[in-house]
Amino acid sequence: MSDLELESPSTHLPPEEVETVTIRFAGDSGDGMQVTGSQFTATSAIIGNDISTLPDFPAEIRAPAGSLPGVSGYQLNFSSRDIRTPGDEPNVLVAMNPAALKTNIKDLEPGGILVVNTDEFVAGNLKKAGYATNPLEDGSLAGYRLFKVAITSNTLKALEGSGLPHKQVERCKNFYSLGLMYWLYDRPMEQTIKWIDEKFAVRSKEIAEANKVALKAGFNFADTTELFTSHYHVAKAKIKPGKYRNIMGNEATALGFIAASHVAGRPLFYGSYPITPASDILHELSKHKNFGVRTFQAEDEIAAVGAAIGASYAGQIGITGTSGPGVALKSEFINLAVMTELPLVIINVQRGGPSTGLPTKTEQADLLQCMYGRNGESPVAIVAPATPGDCFNMAIEAVRIATKYMVPTFFLSDGYLANGSEPWEIPAIADLPKISINFRTETEGFFPYSRDEETLSRPWAIPGTPGLEHRIGGIEKQHITGNVNYDPDNHDFMCRLRAEKVERIANDIPPLEVFGQATGKVLVLGWGGTHGAITTAVEQMQEQGHAVSSAHLRYLNPFPKNLGEVLKGFETVIIPELNLGQLSVMVRAKYLVDAVSFTQVKGKPFKVSTLVNKIKEYL
Amino acid sequence: MSENGHTTNGAVKLTRKDFTSDQEVRWCPGCGDYSILAQVQRLMPELGIPKEKIVFISGIGCSSRFPYYMNTYGFHTIHGRAPAIASGVKIANPDLQVWVVTGDGDALSIGGNHFMHALRRNFDLKILLFNNRIYGLTKGQYSPTSEFGKINKSAPMGVIDQPINPLYLAFASRATFVARSIDIDPKHLSATLERAAAHKGSAFVEIYQNCNIFNDGAFKGFSEREVREDRVIQIEHGKPLIFGKDKNKGIRLNGLKPEVVTIGENGITESDLLMHDEYSTDPLLGFILGRMEFPEFPVPMGVFRSIERPSYENLLTEQVDRAVANKGAGDLEKLLHSGETWVIGDDGEQTNGHH
Repeated sequence: MSDLELESPSTHLPPEEVETVTIRFAGDSGDGMQVTGSQFTATSAIIGNDISTLPDFPAEIRAPAGSLPGVSGYQLNFSSRDIRTPGDEPNVLVAMNPAALKTNIKDLEPGGILVVNTDEFVAGNLKKAGYATNPLEDGSLAGYRLFKVAITSNTLKALEGSGLPHKQVERCKNFYSLGLMYWLYDRPMEQTIKWIDEKFAVRSKEIAEANKVALKAGFNFADTTELFTSHYHVAKAKIKPGKYRNIMGNEATALGFIAASHVAGRPLFYGSYPITPASDILHELSKHKNFGVRTFQAEDEIAAVGAAIGASYAGQIGITGTSGPGVALKSEFINLAVMTELPLVIINVQRGGPSTGLPTKTEQADLLQCMYGRNGESPVAIVAPATPGDCFNMAIEAVRIATKYMVPTFFLSDGYLANGSEPWEIPAIADLPKISINFRTETEGFFPYSRDEETLSRPWAIPGTPGLEHRIGGIEKQHITGNVNYDPDNHDFMCRLRAEKVERIANDIPPLEVFGQATGKVLVLGWGGTHGAITTAVEQMQEQGHAVSSAHLRYLNPFPKNLGEVLKGFETVIIPELNLGQLSVMVRAKYLVDAVSFTQVKGKPFKVSTLVNKIKEYL
Repeated sequence: MSENGHTTNGAVKLTRKDFTSDQEVRWCPGCGDYSILAQVQRLMPELGIPKEKIVFISGIGCSSRFPYYMNTYGFHTIHGRAPAIASGVKIANPDLQVWVVTGDGDALSIGGNHFMHALRRNFDLKILLFNNRIYGLTKGQYSPTSEFGKINKSAPMGVIDQPINPLYLAFASRATFVARSIDIDPKHLSATLERAAAHKGSAFVEIYQNCNIFNDGAFKGFSEREVREDRVIQIEHGKPLIFGKDKNKGIRLNGLKPEVVTIGENGITESDLLMHDEYSTDPLLGFILGRMEFPEFPVPMGVFRSIERPSYENLLTEQVDRAVANKGAGDLEKLLHSGETWVIGDDGEQTNGHH
């Protein structure tokens, strides 16, 4: 390995054209698989493929090295056509150790490409992974195209004389494996080299250099040894003209709320307590104080929402972010915002439950918690993004609804959306929705609980406004005056009024769109992060000539006004969810439709094939 | 005077009546809360702050009805959480003067966490803790400040919890202003509240307050006029700790232990006595004074500590200002287009942009 110069992709072999490839990188949680995967993603996006990703990491930061619970994976799907999911089965698996092989091999497609780091297949690691014999030698992998590469020792050799400690050098092996994959899929290395330079520039020039050398060594090894019998090219996807960037859901969420604050002309306040998988939103927002963003890492989930309500009471855009366990803790405060009718956005990045559950895995099982999980009659608005990029749009919607209707609004994301990524067409600022905030200043005829005729919202009268001094609180309010009131008829009236206010939001949201014909045999109705899998499955069925359509709810309370009509157009309504049937409960109760609930709670998104098989049962 | 009742220099000529809301006060007749409300309403016009810039925030409990009786902005929140709401209010608008009204159950039991964190962050809040050593609104259960062994509705055989010392909690949280007063001494209470109002940062005032229904006479042993001078010690900055009708008793340190001595006996003079220092950043003096409990000691009243430290909201505002100075005011266009970007042309051709 003397020649480590960067070459343009190999001339030894002309690449074969393929349309879509799914790769999964798997290794120890300290092996840097998330970096490897996200770098492959960034490069693929930039050279024009459509992409969709699924990081999968353990809750433990560093489980014992080589152990099964410590395996971290990153799956990405890249294609020359429009794709919406990270792929059902990987075509390629890169396994950095026996534990990674053991936990991932069952997902690899028959005949798929399997690249293993042979250096790690030693007795101790095999035992930790529960292998009685070495799978590289016992013939158990005969059904795959196995490529054995001494990734660790090749990396060490390439970096001989680097002067870095052994441990540091060994850590560069993820870039070596990335180099192998760049050659195999005909990707340029420039983007990653630039990224390494930027990422490590401050910390250590030597480490940056070593990572670059490892990357190139992997690439050149694949090229010069003709390790792989062929390599592949995935052409650019036909993507709608526009300016794009790659974006993860949590990042889009943060940017969406900053954009909402911008169009509303009010500063953003974000109160949060660290929790997986929502913490990245706090990290991202805390970087943007120059936008007037105030982030507040509170002492607990309760204080985080309380401070957000306080900020909202004082006139800022009050947002709190968490996952399901945090929503449970915040519920009393959310009810205070229901009663005092203050704007509040609650981000819930759902994860597997109940209790601590599966902190790093995805699930959609908090819909009924957000809808009903509080004491008393407690109506709130709920929106849910459908894709990572859609988090941006729905964040703005959440702020628009919360401030216009003076109502707590849930932004219901999930682990899959939060950590998944896709190319995102950057919107023009002029095209963003308008949010107009009108604080009450007129003292004449002011009552804290008077109503806007159209929206039924009460005035937002912030402290500091002369002449509007008033008291609010969690005790039932007298209609109009807002005084403490225990009258039975008033309470009955106020409960109905708060419910009616939320119902009226339906007048102010877009109708539900149907993907496909407006009538037919089967409607697949979904919400949240299942959008990609549902749409892909339905599209496949449509291509085969079946009368199948889908519709995806981005507004869950209230529902779009035409939902009832849409449901009536189909013989069967299937509702796939990553829970045990929560949207089904809501849809059945409201529309008396005998919907088929199709559910899965494995901490993983639906496979397209699973949905296709289900739909076929009803054709 | 301008239309809104302000003089042109911003001073406000208001009276106690301006701060009295139209709501009927519903505390039990004889409750210590009346006295505290009267003192606060009397103090308000003296502060020279327009009433729209004053916010009273409370949790749940008898004391937490307080905001309804103040003709300012007011927020009656949920149990124990007033400091959380108040923190958000101060971040959003540091110009407001925010008072938190809480009780021993509200601040020290269900809200112990928020109380502690508000103090350590030093939000510019005036926190009034009405300590009556009982749960009044729920009708007579023991509170976190109830004495060990106390018989009451939820502990018919006596309380087996050790009481919390709120001052210890305040010092442990590095509170910048700590004081104690009592409902039946309006003059002292008024002076203490005035000091709290003037403090920049979290000002914590423990107010002994009699619940004449469920814990009547809780402080009677030392607070009654006839015995007060012998059983209460007024602490004042820069002065030795002297008390007693004849001003001849004092507190001396024996190692780290306080002890009561008589001036003139055994050769003891004023110079042997413990000197009070409000500005001490060392919590030791606070803990020594805090452990002085009746009947072993006279009960200290007054300002235990008053030190300066930047408030949380000012530090945060400063960070926002610094971010703007360093990076320029946020440019949404630039933010959305940051990172690696690429353009797909109308012909489907791609060009790559950069940051």
